[in-house]
Amino acid sequence: MGASAADLEVHIAIKDHKFEPSEIKVPAQQRIKLHIQNQDATPEEFESHSLKREKVIPGGGKALISIGPLKPGRYTFFGEFHPATATGVLIAE
Amino acid sequence: MFATGLIVFRETLEAALFIGIIAASTRGLLNRSRWLALGVAVGAFGSLVMASAIGAISSWAEGVGQEIVSATILGTALVMLAWHCIWVSPHAHQTVQDAKRLGKLAAQGEGSLWALALAVALSVLREGAETVLFVAGLMSSPDASEIGMAVGALLGLSLGCFAGWLIYAGLGKVRPQYLFGVTNGLIVLLAGNLASQIAKTANQADWISSFSESAWDVAWLVSNDSILGMVMHGLIGFDANPTQLQLIFYAATTTSIWWATAHMKNRLAPQVGGV
Repeated sequence: MGASAADLEVHIAIKDHKFEPSEIKVPAQQRIKLHIQNQDATPEEFESHSLKREKVIPGGGKALISIGPLKPGRYTFFGEFHPATATGVLIAE
Repeated sequence: MFATGLIVFRETLEAALFIGIIAASTRGLLNRSRWLALGVAVGAFGSLVMASAIGAISSWAEGVGQEIVSATILGTALVMLAWHCIWVSPHAHQTVQDAKRLGKLAAQGEGSLWALALAVALSVLREGAETVLFVAGLMSSPDASEIGMAVGALLGLSLGCFAGWLIYAGLGKVRPQYLFGVTNGLIVLLAGNLASQIAKTANQADWISSFSESAWDVAWLVSNDSILGMVMHGLIGFDANPTQLQLIFYAATTTSIWWATAHMKNRLAPQVGGV
């Protein structure tokens, strides 16, 4: 519930149904604000089973998702609407 | 085509199972098909409206508009199911028994069907809006083979509906004296599923930040994306990797509805038995 450390801001873009960057390293045990900017014209749904998040991002829109504090590890995520290309991983260390 | 079908199937399945269970639980009530069809129609229309407003919704409340809408939908559906279980079903049970004895449909249950119809509408709305967005996105992309996509989407939709029909038909095989208990039990679990998703939404929007750690992770055994995982999610609220908060919400909701229903049945027992 820490007001002690400021939340880490992380920015990801969706372009051509892919995440950019698709691999993000973040410090473990810290709260993170994930900003996702969808640069495609079509909507996408950010989804991650391990992060337990799902959120629709309208075409040309953006979304803010709060995550963490995370234990060290790999947290995969994907775009539910384009699961073949839109994949990525958040590495907490 | 296959990928499109799978995504539409996944979105359809949860609502279809929900409707299948509700339909089975209201068998024998007068006008119930009309009420449930109305629920589906309102939900489908609402999906179109919500999908077209997604840009506006997403930017509300500093970016948590979707979570607010989602939690409202889930919460309202949860209240409807809880009210049905605790208040309506102990009365309705007796009404249906009486009606069966007289060989006619139970008219009295109708007064409460709107609650279940509303829950159905909300369930369709929640899954439907995503499906509309997904399909609309596909249709607008230039490289798409539109016929293949349309066939895939229809196939996914039909398969999802078929699964809903299967649970309905399957529950039809349950002996009438047990049917109320079984369907009510399933409705309590549906309510638990809604509560668990409210918890997930609350974590995501950062309204509640405690208990956000995993309670367990059985994805190696049954993943959320497997058919079994999806069906179990729709039926009992299965999640391969839930947070502690999801578990707390699920357990608190199911036990309190169960307890209140039992309490209400006991209170009603002397009155309804007599006449």
